[in-house]
Amino acid sequence: MASSHGTPPVFNNKVISWIDHRLPIFSYIEKEYHTFPTPRNFNYFWNFGAIATVMLVLMIATGIVLATNYTPHVLMAFDAVERIDRDVPQGWLIRDLHMNGASFFFIAVYIHIFRGMYYGSYKAPRELLWILGVVIFLLMMATAFMGYVLPWGQMSFWGATVITNLFSAIPVVGESIVTWLWGGFAVDNPTLNRFFALHYLLPFIIVAVVALHVVALHVHGSNNPTGIDVKGPQDTVPFHPYYTMKDGFGVICFLIVFAGFVFFAPDYLGHPDNYIPANPMVTPAHIVPEWYFLPFYAILRAIPDKLGGVLAMFGAIAVLFVLPWLDTSRVRSCTFRPIYKWFMMLLVVDVIVLGICGSKPPEGFWVPLSQLATLYYFAHFLVLLPILGKIERPLPLPPSIADSVLKKKAV
Amino acid sequence: MRKPFARKLLVSGAIALAALATGTVAIAAGGVEHPPARKWHFQGPFGTYDRAAAQRGYQVYQEVCAACHSLSLVAYRNLTDLGLTENQVKSLIKDITVPDLNDEGAPADRPARPADRFKKPFANEAAAAAANNGKAPPDLSVIVKAREYGPDYIYGLLTGYVPYDKLTPEQIKEFDVKKDDYFNKYFPGHKIAMAPPLADDKVTYADGTKATTAQEAADVTEFLAWASEPHMEDRKRTGVRVILFLLALAGLMYAVKRVVWADKH
Repeated sequence: MASSHGTPPVFNNKVISWIDHRLPIFSYIEKEYHTFPTPRNFNYFWNFGAIATVMLVLMIATGIVLATNYTPHVLMAFDAVERIDRDVPQGWLIRDLHMNGASFFFIAVYIHIFRGMYYGSYKAPRELLWILGVVIFLLMMATAFMGYVLPWGQMSFWGATVITNLFSAIPVVGESIVTWLWGGFAVDNPTLNRFFALHYLLPFIIVAVVALHVVALHVHGSNNPTGIDVKGPQDTVPFHPYYTMKDGFGVICFLIVFAGFVFFAPDYLGHPDNYIPANPMVTPAHIVPEWYFLPFYAILRAIPDKLGGVLAMFGAIAVLFVLPWLDTSRVRSCTFRPIYKWFMMLLVVDVIVLGICGSKPPEGFWVPLSQLATLYYFAHFLVLLPILGKIERPLPLPPSIADSVLKKKAV
Repeated sequence: MRKPFARKLLVSGAIALAALATGTVAIAAGGVEHPPARKWHFQGPFGTYDRAAAQRGYQVYQEVCAACHSLSLVAYRNLTDLGLTENQVKSLIKDITVPDLNDEGAPADRPARPADRFKKPFANEAAAAAANNGKAPPDLSVIVKAREYGPDYIYGLLTGYVPYDKLTPEQIKEFDVKKDDYFNKYFPGHKIAMAPPLADDKVTYADGTKATTAQEAADVTEFLAWASEPHMEDRKRTGVRVILFLLALAGLMYAVKRVVWADKH
């Protein structure tokens, strides 16, 4: 339905008309971002796709400026970053935007993923849309990891050492793969150089996958808080101005919180050890990744076996790829799933607990807790989700989106 | 020459990973107290550096710390941020010479210029380590950002020495303190190679401030906080403007959104 909406636009401007006749970019924008019929009942969770897009653009823009002032060499990288901070005009601003931007990109994407899970946006016919989203998430993790290595502080170096060493868990070829990743026999200048090259490359691949994500989105249109399909024009509003304005408001609110960190606590989300230049001879007492990796780091450490830990960590993301087929319920939105709603909340608590476990030294009480939380994480996807769909009795669905909106208003 | 080092790195990486995976890493620094939180002039969203304190702190750094600790990311010209004039900076460095090459390309010292970075006390890291029992004293350029509790830790460390005869027998036993070791309340592991650097009247302040150990520690911490982040005041000023602008824009966007949606609710 969404792909055949509206009449072809007529452009009054002759230049636009001439171009559009040959390369229909203006028709495309008109169709996909202006008249595009969008469910009228979005809540503010639907802002986070736009917010994530803004953060991606911000990261690329600030990143290119940083790259023009950075030197990927083990003897110069740390000082180059400090030089950006101290001597490049407004360099501190660009760097603070970029390093906090990574965190806020992840915040936006985590909320976006939660939105997709809570409202069942991954279900048919949006499975590929969801899978492309998980691909973006994976690419973001790789990009962020390599970006964190570039300032060449202690956490950069030791984080790179620990994470690249994960691949040595692979039987037989593991050690060779690690040597290949490093470009030598240790994390050293070749590693830094390739990480810089890949850190510059991957964001553009993310842009390409985001484009596919948006194409897939525009085939069947967005899901909505009721999870029921659009049944007619009374259920939708044109994307512009309704959602351009609502997204604009959401983006600005998000940027206010972001600016709070950038300007008043730029190092709060970082680790002090990364202001110590990398030293291969001194291991920090406590190697921790950036906060957005902590839940996965906790899963890695929860398994008392190197290969098992690595498999569990990658499995924690791999399971997301098959989520559309693990969920057996025919109802999308948690609003109408009285039991699953609470398990979804419990999953959020579980991931936060994992994050806290990941930030603590793996000793005492934190070890069994992270093992329990890891077990629950997988049980949620592999046991609860398939079973609940069968036994849960969903609440009655509203007849249409318009109906749900108007009823809410009447109350 | 490279191979043993590479192997050591591979091994230590593998050990770190194995330890992480099996949950056996123990934090060596047991029983270290958190340094008490002090009130700093540069705290809070409107905090600024106390210029007088930072200038006194520069004096402490120059007369005491600089004997061992470099400040390699700060240039002499940066001192104008602390309220010194260019001429004052020039006169401060008039007796300092820095290594360079002469016109024939031979190593030769020349007088320092404001654009030079602070002169390092040792020619290189190996020389610094050799002169300090095998471990080079850390550079202080970003030290305040590089330690947990930042300025409170630096101040705590500088004032946290406990003389051997004031230690309890349990402390001596637990941390294996010898008579000529230095014990510091806030240093991880407590035993620190650095002798107590400050003492009452270690420097003589030109502005008449009484140079107690605590005063010197507070002043040099203020100076090092500035050295770690010279643009902090600019950052906060910009931040106030950006957030005020964004708040106004958010209000406007909200109003527009309300108007646009008026007929749909």
